[in-house]
Amino acid sequence: MTTNDNILALKHITKRFSGVLALDDVSLELRRGEIHALVGENGAGKSTLIKVITGAHLPTFGEWTFDDKEMTNNSPAISKAAGIGVIYQELNLMPQLTVRENIFYGKEIKKGIFLDEKNMYRDCLKMIDDLGVSVDPNALVRDLSIAEQQVVEIVKAISEDIKFLIMDEPTAPLTNTEIDKLFSVVEKLRAKGITILYISHRLEEIFRISDRVTVLRDGRHVITMNTADTDRPMLIKHMVGREIGQEYPKRTTPIGPPVLEVEGYTNAAIHDCSLTLHKGEILGLAGLVGAGRTEFARGIFGADPISRGTMRLNGEIVEIRTPKDAIRHRIGLITEDRKSQGLLINKGIDFNVVYASLKSVSRAGFVQKKKEAATVSRFSEAMHIKAHSSAQLAKTLSGGNQQKVVLAKWLATQCDILIFDEPTRGIDVGAKREIYQLMRDLVSEGKSILMISSEMPELIGMSDRILVMRKGAITGMLSSEDVKQESILELATE
Amino acid sequence: MDTAVKVKKQKSISKYAIYIVLLALTAFFSIVAEGFFTTTNFFNILRQVAVYGIPAVGMTMVIITGGIDISVGSMMGAASVGCASLMVAGLNPILAMLIVLIVGLIVGLLNGFFTYEVGIPPMIVTLAAMSILRGLAYIISGGLPVYGFPASFTALGQGYLGPIPIPVIIMAICFAVGYITLEKTSFGRYVYGIGSNREASRLSGVSVRKVMYSVYGLCGMLAALAGMVLLSRVNSGQPKAGEMYEMDIITAVVLGGVSTTGGEGKITRVIAGLLVMGVLLNGMILMNIPDYYQRVVKGAVLLLAISADMMSQKRLSKKI
Repeated sequence: MTTNDNILALKHITKRFSGVLALDDVSLELRRGEIHALVGENGAGKSTLIKVITGAHLPTFGEWTFDDKEMTNNSPAISKAAGIGVIYQELNLMPQLTVRENIFYGKEIKKGIFLDEKNMYRDCLKMIDDLGVSVDPNALVRDLSIAEQQVVEIVKAISEDIKFLIMDEPTAPLTNTEIDKLFSVVEKLRAKGITILYISHRLEEIFRISDRVTVLRDGRHVITMNTADTDRPMLIKHMVGREIGQEYPKRTTPIGPPVLEVEGYTNAAIHDCSLTLHKGEILGLAGLVGAGRTEFARGIFGADPISRGTMRLNGEIVEIRTPKDAIRHRIGLITEDRKSQGLLINKGIDFNVVYASLKSVSRAGFVQKKKEAATVSRFSEAMHIKAHSSAQLAKTLSGGNQQKVVLAKWLATQCDILIFDEPTRGIDVGAKREIYQLMRDLVSEGKSILMISSEMPELIGMSDRILVMRKGAITGMLSSEDVKQESILELATE
Repeated sequence: MDTAVKVKKQKSISKYAIYIVLLALTAFFSIVAEGFFTTTNFFNILRQVAVYGIPAVGMTMVIITGGIDISVGSMMGAASVGCASLMVAGLNPILAMLIVLIVGLIVGLLNGFFTYEVGIPPMIVTLAAMSILRGLAYIISGGLPVYGFPASFTALGQGYLGPIPIPVIIMAICFAVGYITLEKTSFGRYVYGIGSNREASRLSGVSVRKVMYSVYGLCGMLAALAGMVLLSRVNSGQPKAGEMYEMDIITAVVLGGVSTTGGEGKITRVIAGLLVMGVLLNGMILMNIPDYYQRVVKGAVLLLAISADMMSQKRLSKKI
């Protein structure tokens, strides 16, 4: 063959977001017809890379080619026309329409001005049959299982004559038998000559299906190997890579007796989850996205109902049904999603900071202006919030400052137990350090912290012990002495 | 910094816009409408406005939480014939009023129940309530006016305290209480907070349920009160009373700068919004503009007011 063996060639791709390097000089070549796995921790740059390829982002530097065409001025439309398809973890189908209507949406076959239902049905059925699956083209998408919906997405992609398909965590919502089916579909795609970029946290899948594997870490290309030439421990080493340095302030006070004991918490998302948190301790909660960590935290905080389980605070059984109960018992939750769950984005810093502790600055329901102002300035200053006035709207602040406003709000409640869900997500390095220091200061004052994080170094650097969750259940507990990133990943993945 | 200053400037312009409109309208009608610019007429306007103004306080709170209550007009009708029937049946006027106020509160709480617990959009809940209450008003009255109650009852709608009509005093009290509640209490903060971000409010320990029930309950109760003021003014219980009033009330609140997307709005400016509506209606009546045309004008005003709100929001979010 004289044409290039590589369908996709990335050369020195760099992507910078306001000072943060999401991709740092990544070069990568994908061979025609291979299944190429892409792995890395959260934040390694996988999704940015996908977005560059699909045209959602333009690279800051670097160039790339697809199917021998220069793609430097890529856009979603150009990438689609060139034959690049994507299956995201969240499916993009219209649930009220049928399978056939979804597949032909925007490219309906017509006879004159009327829809040619017969031909569309026939074409649709043929494409589905070709993949060796059975889905009724006339079924409503909302009546299908997630796995079947995924097949519809794949058929929709194939119907566009794609040459290259990106699959982003396609197996996350699937059961084991559904995964087997999906893999046979993927192999049929490869047999059709379609190149696949396969992204998954589940390493065993990568060994099962991929021809080659590329590891990204901190936005950099670490290595590309033949899957057959590597094994799981080696892959994990490449993913983790870095030394965990002195980025994290050290503990200065001893750990006290248990303050929070949760036993057997169960609801739709979690199963029989227990934990014990001590006074002055930082307990880490590790796991992959979707493992049930946030759901467990929300259960403890009363944000979601619990069907079974007990909670003891300082040895006494308490019942927490609502966030209000939790705050009364001095438990606070700093949510993962600041904008939709943490902040009143259209309100000022002052409004936000005092919002959860209005009771303590009110008398008989009336807000005491002086007390309020004192609380706002005390906790805004404690958090070093940078703003030109305390009335500045939360939406005008940077991510780091927004997070500080949320933290100030929770400090003002004087909670003894604080749950941090991804406390440093989307925050620059400087603000991260401030937040680590704050967490250390809080435990030194005798407060206790439960920290959920997907950033392994942060989890290992800050936590005294680490609980690991997978599929809604606790799968292990590691103490700070014997914790290694590898052992967390072992417990978190299947 | 620069954008913040610009935003501030824009905000202050839109802050005064409603007062400018009020002055302009007053000047316009003073010139074109005979008998407009007189003390008697000004008190007249205030007295007319009072019937809208009383429920507008509840409506303001409901809209700030991000909701709406379009059943207030029907509530006024039901309260009007309800109170009239109770008095005709021989009940003491004070007792009759108390009963109607409690029923108004319960109806409002039911609106809150279906909105909060069942999760139906408030527009739909109160649309249903609007039809039910109007139907009940006709059922209670048998479709006919109800009249013949103690002369003392007319004081509520027709009486004066010194030079000031009693309805105006009632409205002023409602606004004072509304102002203090929204501006000075933690409850008021929660009203704004829930409208701004309901989930974040819940996760901050706010009892969203309590606030939602309270604002809808208050809105229902104030609508019942307004219905009785109207009853006293016309001195007969009309099943049609308060028809389409929800429209004027919502228009006044939105004119006053309360955002229909929730979380924003000052009750002091709602007073200006009410006066704009009052001046407009009064002026049109004095100019002998037929009711049909008035409706067209009112609808146009509502659309304009909401457009202004939406556009200023868009502009603000673009600037930022």
